[in-house]
Amino acid sequence: MPNQANNRIIIKLLAIVFGMFCFGFALVPLYDVICNITGLNGKTGGRYELVETIEVDQDRWITVQFTTSKNAQMPWEFRAKEAVVKVRPGEINEAFFVATNTTDRTMSAQAVPSLSPFSATEYFNKTECFCFNQQTLEPGESIDMPLRFFVAKEIPERMSKLTLSYTLFSLPEVAAN
Amino acid sequence: MSAVIETHDHNHHHGPAKGWQRWVYTTNHKDIGTLYLWFSFIMFLVGGSMAMVIRAELFQPGLQIVAPEFFNQMTTMHGLIMVFGAVMPAFVGLANWMVPMMVGAPDMALPRMNNLSFWILPFAFTLLLSTLFMEGGAPNFGWTFYAPLSTTYAPDTVTFFIFGVHIIGASSIMGAINIVATILNMRAPGMTLMKMPLFVWTWLITAYLLIAVMPVLAGVVTMMLMDIHFGTSFFSAAGGGDPVLFQHVFWFFGHPEVYIMILPAFGVVSQIIPTFSRKRLFGYTSMVYATSSIAFLSFIVWAHHMFTVGMPLAGELFFMYATMLIAVPTGVKVFNWVTTMFRGSLTFETPMLFATSFVVLFTIGGFSGLMLAIAPADFQYHDTYFVVAHFHYVLVPGAIFGIMAGVYYWLPKWCGNMYNETLGKCHFWLSFVGMNLTFFPMHFVGLAGMPRRIPDYALQFADFNQISSIGGFMFGATQLLFLYIVINAIRSGKPASQQVWESAEGLEWSIPSPAPYHTFSTPPEVK
Repeated sequence: MPNQANNRIIIKLLAIVFGMFCFGFALVPLYDVICNITGLNGKTGGRYELVETIEVDQDRWITVQFTTSKNAQMPWEFRAKEAVVKVRPGEINEAFFVATNTTDRTMSAQAVPSLSPFSATEYFNKTECFCFNQQTLEPGESIDMPLRFFVAKEIPERMSKLTLSYTLFSLPEVAAN
Repeated sequence: MSAVIETHDHNHHHGPAKGWQRWVYTTNHKDIGTLYLWFSFIMFLVGGSMAMVIRAELFQPGLQIVAPEFFNQMTTMHGLIMVFGAVMPAFVGLANWMVPMMVGAPDMALPRMNNLSFWILPFAFTLLLSTLFMEGGAPNFGWTFYAPLSTTYAPDTVTFFIFGVHIIGASSIMGAINIVATILNMRAPGMTLMKMPLFVWTWLITAYLLIAVMPVLAGVVTMMLMDIHFGTSFFSAAGGGDPVLFQHVFWFFGHPEVYIMILPAFGVVSQIIPTFSRKRLFGYTSMVYATSSIAFLSFIVWAHHMFTVGMPLAGELFFMYATMLIAVPTGVKVFNWVTTMFRGSLTFETPMLFATSFVVLFTIGGFSGLMLAIAPADFQYHDTYFVVAHFHYVLVPGAIFGIMAGVYYWLPKWCGNMYNETLGKCHFWLSFVGMNLTFFPMHFVGLAGMPRRIPDYALQFADFNQISSIGGFMFGATQLLFLYIVINAIRSGKPASQQVWESAEGLEWSIPSPAPYHTFSTPPEVK
């Protein structure tokens, strides 16, 4: 019977359609995983858990530059306290960023980091970062936000200068949860 | 219910219903094929007029005719209409007409779904075109609708665009399922897979591509919809999403999509060249395998559209080599077409003119594609007119010439009358010259750095752009001649014979011209 044969084919093909629709959405978490593994887009990964003290390489300096920018809709002030620091590979460092809510309403913000060159992301570890949380500031309030990080001493010689950029986004009420 | 219909069918073997009801209620593959073809031709003219606006604005540097915002809407709508409204429905129309006749089936496997898959298309495009008259204007973010241009910064009409794409996707998926079911279930006895005409083969593979990637397109526009209206952040960095993700998902659909638009044209050309060379197609089996390899490779090359977004070196290399690999099966096909013509007894009627120019010009487009595939070179070519030249060389003399070749080739079978050969040749030569005049200079301005999608340009590009515009108007106006030729053939052409062409082979030439409303009610025997 051609009707039964047709039904079998329709069911199989609809299953492919449904599967591919889901696959489109599955690309979202897959993409995050791939980015975290490869450091694609300079994604620096989450909190690094220090399990033991690490050796410090006393022979080398690494220059770390901090740049800050704000998304177009973001009225806050946002800057790094020190724009450039020199660090030893393996040494834990602390840097501060200042954000000020210049508006007259309470707002939330999220900072998104990106490291350049992105092949250095696997050597750049953050033990504490304000970018792990959202910041909520009262009107006119200002806050010093800490970043604690170290550069792994396995970092290749050719990477002597890293740039860490933070973009600050305002969070609309709907996206805040 | 079904019993009622069966008695009805058995009692009177009737022709088509009269008047408009014939077209709205029809489940006949020939009627639906005709509807698809006329619809796609109307869309071709609509999308073409938008191209005329673009070329008029680019006729000289500076802003003269339209505002930049409207120019952006024109580039966006031109791309969307041509891809989804002109090329894809035209190929589905050819498939509706020819696939059942070529495999010896009485109709498509799922005739009612066939009706539905056509009749939702006019609604989709009404939805899309109506945005031109709305506040905020039509979509203006390019046919590739990259986020956040199409989410955060989009006009409000983007929602109409999203629903339009959903409907178009549903239509394509239904059409594809129908074609697969027809080809796999309804072949005449003796018609094995490896005896099928190549047009049927290429459509079978295209249908699988459609089924695999149209749902991904539906997924990506659904994510946009949720980002815009429901506060998700798939593509918004503020909420933890990533705009680059959009490009990956889009091009995972987008790259197979370009093969969806070219594979059926390969099939049409593979039917036409043997007929007018009076030889069998050279390398049938290798053609089938080459088409399948192209389809497979199309899934693993998408990121060559995004070389400049920042990928690891390994990624750039992988996508560069995989892209270049596609040149191998494509080269096999071009070789086979040329070898079919080699020492053949050639004549150049209009279908053959379109088919041979397809081979030559598509190859030029293929070579500029290879240039773009070289990742380091692509950093210079990216988003310049070189890219525009490349994809118009594969789509205009590729897809569009393929469709026109098919229309001239099969029109006598459809309407029973020959078209006017002299006018057909005029149409070909005017299109050929117009098309090359339009797109060849774009290579030069592209290499010199003229960016795409910008209504103004630097003075040194003025001459080449003027040539492009003149060619564009010529190509555009010529298509009205095409309309006249087709109508003239239908109304007052000379009657065509059953075989139409001297050495045409295949089941579609074994039935009278014009093809009766019902064909192969008893399946033919294929030896």
